[in-house]
Parts: sequence; C-alpha cells; structure tokens
Amino acid sequence: MSSTVSFPPPAWGNPELSAVEKRTLAAMCARMIPASEEYKVPGADDALIQADIAKSLGRDATAVHNALAQLETIAGGSLADLPIDQQETACATLRAEAGMDLTLLTRIILQCYYRDDRVMISLGMEPRPPFPKGHELPQGDWSLLDPVRARGKIWREA
Amino acid sequence: MADDIVDVLIIGAGASGAAVAWSLADTKMRIVCLEQGGWMKPSEYPSTGRDWEARAMGDYSPSPNRRGRPEDYPINDDASPIKVVNFNGVGGGTVMYTAHWPRLHPSDFRTRSLDGVGDDWPVSYDMLEPYYNQNDRMMGVSGLADDPAYPANAVPQSSRRLMPPLPLGRSGRIWGEAMNKLGWHWWPSDATIATEDYEGRAKCINLGHCTPGCAQGAKASTDITYWPAAIRAGVELRTHCRVKRIVTGDDGMATGVEYFDKDGTLHFQAAHVVVVACNGIGTPRLLLNSASEQHPNGLANSSDQVGRNLMFHPYIQVFGYMDEEVDGNRGPPLNLWSHEFYETDPERDFKRGYMLQISRGNGAVAEAIASHENGRLPWGADHHARFRKLAYRKLNLSVVVDDLPEAHNRVTLDPVLTDSHGIPAPKVDYTIGENSRRMIEHGVERCKTVLHTAGARDIGVQNPIVFSGWHNLGTARMGDDPRSSVVNGWGRSHDVKNLFIVDGSIFVTAGAVNPTSTIQALALYIADQMKQRLDTLFD
Repeated sequence: MSSTVSFPPPAWGNPELSAVEKRTLAAMCARMIPASEEYKVPGADDALIQADIAKSLGRDATAVHNALAQLETIAGGSLADLPIDQQETACATLRAEAGMDLTLLTRIILQCYYRDDRVMISLGMEPRPPFPKGHELPQGDWSLLDPVRARGKIWREA
Repeated sequence: MADDIVDVLIIGAGASGAAVAWSLADTKMRIVCLEQGGWMKPSEYPSTGRDWEARAMGDYSPSPNRRGRPEDYPINDDASPIKVVNFNGVGGGTVMYTAHWPRLHPSDFRTRSLDGVGDDWPVSYDMLEPYYNQNDRMMGVSGLADDPAYPANAVPQSSRRLMPPLPLGRSGRIWGEAMNKLGWHWWPSDATIATEDYEGRAKCINLGHCTPGCAQGAKASTDITYWPAAIRAGVELRTHCRVKRIVTGDDGMATGVEYFDKDGTLHFQAAHVVVVACNGIGTPRLLLNSASEQHPNGLANSSDQVGRNLMFHPYIQVFGYMDEEVDGNRGPPLNLWSHEFYETDPERDFKRGYMLQISRGNGAVAEAIASHENGRLPWGADHHARFRKLAYRKLNLSVVVDDLPEAHNRVTLDPVLTDSHGIPAPKVDYTIGENSRRMIEHGVERCKTVLHTAGARDIGVQNPIVFSGWHNLGTARMGDDPRSSVVNGWGRSHDVKNLFIVDGSIFVTAGAVNPTSTIQALALYIADQMKQRLDTLFD
C-alpha cells in the first residue's frame, strides 16, 4: 500500500523481514490489536495487514529490525512459540524497556491496520483516498458570531 | 563555469521569493531565481492514495531530517525542544502549510514602545496594509469580513476579494457555542484555501489533508499562484539549483553566487542584485557559509546578528474528546481562531500574548498513533472499544505564543553535518523563554477552560508540539541601526548594498500568528521600494 520510493537508500536499512522476524511480528501484532467478532475486524496479525506492514518499513527498517530483535531477546527465542500469557509478559517488558525503535514499529502497524478496508468500514469510513471525492461538511450558521460582533473592536491601536 | 550576468538573482522560490520575483518582473529586468528543489506534481500528493496518512510521516513529513529528499538539507536541531519543519521545492513552505492566513496586529510592530519588550519595526501595519491586500488578491483568501480583532477587515469585503469562509462544521459549532458562553472572541480563520473557483484554482472539496500539498489545487501555494504569473512576465526559474555561497568583490558588493546544478556541476551566476529568500534557517546558513576575507564572520554580519534572535512560535496543543462525532479529517484542519488573549494585559504576568488556533481533528491513523503514544489507546482486547471513543471525537486547539527575540536563540553552522553537496548544515540552539513559559501556562489553562465548557472529556496537553518549528523568524532582522540589525527598513543589507533579504528572517518580532501573509507582504513592500529607488539603489 505504501507508495514511498521503490528503492530505499541503504541508510534506511534492509527493507525485508526474515521468516523469523515475520513470525515474531505477527505474534506481537496479535497481542497489540487482536481480532474482534464484536466489531467485525481482523487482528493486526491478519495476513493482508502483515503483508502491508512487511512492505512498508521504509525509513524505519532499521528500527523495526532492532525492535523485533529486542523482543526475541526478551522472549528468549521466538515470541510466537511461547504460550499466550508469556507472549503478553514479553510484550509488556518490551513496552517498558524499548524506546524509539518500538515507537516507530508501532506507528507502521497502526498505519497499516487503520487503512485496511475491513477496519475502515467497521469505523464507518469509506475505504478510499480523500481525493477526488472529498467530504461534506455543514456550512454552519454564522449568526453564532453575533455576540462577537456586538462586543466590537478588540485590537490595540499602535 | 560562468553564466551571463543577470540584473536580479533571487535565491529560493518559496513564499517570499515568488512574491518578489512577480513584483519585480514589471521592471523588465533580467531576473533569475535559483531553487534547490523541483516543481511539485499535485497528482502525487498523499491525499491521492490510501496511504495518505503514512506518507505524511514519510516522504511528505514536515521534518527535512525525516523526509530526506535530495533537495532537503539536514538540520541539527538537537539543542532545541522545537524541531525545524519546512519544505523545499517550487512553492517552498507554501506547499506544505496549513494555509492559515492571519496578519500581524498593528501593536506587533511597536512592542518596544508599547510594552518595553522586543524592538520596534522600521515599518508599520499601515505601511504594509496595501501589500497585505495585494498579496491576498494573488493568493486568494477565504474568510469572513469585519473580524473585530483586526483593522484590516474594516475595509469593505470586496476590496480584498474575500471568498466565503471555510465551513463551520460540527467542530466549529461546538467551539463557537463554548466561546460564546465564556464571552471570548472567536472568528473563522482567514485561509488561502479557495472556497469558490479562483484564478484557475478549483474550489475546496474538503479533502481534509491540506498540509502536505493540496491535490485539488484549492490551497494557494506559490507554484500555482505567483510563479505562473512571474514566468509569463519573463522571470526565469531554474530548479534543482542549490546555492553554495554568495560571492563578493573587492568593493564588498555581491558579484553573484556559486551554485550546484541538478547534475552537481558548480556554476558561477553573476548578478547586479542578489535577493535572498531562503527562510529563517536557510538564510543565515547561506550568509554564514558566504564568509570571506572581507566578511570573516559571514556575509552582512558586521552586527553579529546573522543567525541570532531565532523565533519559532512555540505551539502547545490542548485537546479533549466529545461523546459525539465531530469533523475529524473531513475538512481543512483550519477552523477558527481566537485573538482574545493576543494583546498585552497588565493584569497578566507576561508581556504580549497568544492566539488560539482552533483545528478540526485527525484521521484514524493519526488519532491511533497519537493516542497510542500518550497512553490512551491500549494493547489487547480493550483496544477496539477504546478507539471508538477517540476516533473522530477529538477537539483540539493550539496556543500560538508570541516568541520574543533573544540573542542566544540562534542558527550557526554545524561543524560536521553537511548536505548532499558538502555544504555545511545549520545548527539550531533554542530555548523557550521565561515570558513565553508564563504565556504558555496561562494559555493552557484557558484552553482547558474552553474544552470543559464545550463538554470535552479526557483533556490532554502536548507542550510543546515538538515538530512545530514552521515559523523560522528573526535571524537577519531589519532595523535602522546597522549595529543591531542586518537589513534596513526596506530589506537591503547594511553591509552589502546590492544584497537584499525578503523572507521571515527579517522579522523584528514574531507576533503570535502564522507569518506567511506578513512574509509575502514584506517581500512585495521591499520589491516596491526597490522599484522606486532603482536610480539610487546602491547609494
């Protein structure tokens, strides 16, 4: 979904996730935003959303690799192989310890999750870009300004 | 490689460079503008794609350090709580601004005389008013006449060709009712967003994502306003040309500039007059990079004021949430302004004042990220229910602080960091002053008051908004005294008499409003002064 440059400069880091990283990322995403029957939305570990995340690392590729590596260290291996309660503990530890790397990773997750068609529809949004349709807004009643007009000038002579 | 001499060489094609180019074009002089970026393609603006919110944090991030386009230069702003944001390309910052269009108040030009702080400007509101009006016609302004916060709107609406205001919307109605309960001033923001077809621009259709470029073309940026007119009038605009330094001759006058073209080839462009329009960060950077044997402390810097007195306008956001849906991103982020606390009040413990800039809200992604990072949006099963109490329910407003000039707030050259051409990058050292801190404290409490009055819950504060260094002002200030200013009252360098500066760096004080309308009015004023003095321009 991302349309940032096709060939990121090396300084951004490796744009590809390894198979291990993908499993760890999916497990973490499931803890962060689980699927919901009530709201009819997938979890952030949904395959389409994961694919979107994987190709959206962009400027933050290095941070993503770092955050996932830190999570694997905390988990003592692959997060995905742990029981759910231990996954949650590991994620809580990561959130307590991690800094900007995790922040940048979670931004990518949220960017991809909240542009997914199913999620947007659940929120009452049309799954489309703003252009060219735009939006309707009530023009409003400018008589609401009558008290402001009645009060008169408030600027200071100089 | 040397190019033929030109009459006027303008550096920078943003807000002020475009205005001065257009105004000078009627002299029929040979005018060339060098711009380090290129022409924008509205069809590529983020709002045309599903990833529009992500791109606003990536290749359309307001931070040049994050964006990292080839035309951007890095800025070391580690020593500042407010990070510099800008845009480089034809149109400059007007490509990536909210199009908020307040003017300075008359009192802003006389803060020393009135309040004993800052300095008086060598120009007044009355002197600039015709140029504000001229600029409004070129940029196209929507709004509502007769705002009692301003003398400008006392003139008949038709003289400013004002278009109807942006919609009040659901958010604006709530704000207006709350402000009325408190008896505070509020008014729909003047905006350079066309609300009806205007000079070839289509009217706003509420894309809701104006800041990183308007795909509809409703928002005025100088690539679609001034530049087409200036080019038709004969101005030559060279893109992807980055100026390395301004060169001076034995007589101390500017002889031209060295610049890199898009292929990285270094040229010398000779000029009779050099006009700098690179904004309050880029301009001191260029002047300091133009140091020479004759100008060892940087060009036009005998006063030691180049780079000093940097003013940002600290922005403090205060927000809360309503139970019902409000506008979110379904319209321009601009909505209303309040000048209730703009002027000095002797009952307060600070001088000058602030504007309240009242915005609409966020898209879903921006809301999720902001709320996740401030702890309102949890992980786990509660995530969804919580998000549905946040999305499209935010009311937010910002305290926009009159940032007084302080010499230690400054732009210098970084000893290590360079741009892609090896030109030293700017370094920013800035702290928020005590007067501003008191103002912020006062403003935050007033914001909470109006949010409570509106019925908002979960009120939060972001103090300051970190990436809010849009308004880079004061680093080559104008003044009558060459010992304390860089340019005179009509933009000419005190030291180099064929060197002019026309951007926000020449501001003496900052006021508490978005500066672009004043930057452009000043540029038009200076161009007019140059035209009136052509026979004696260098005397």
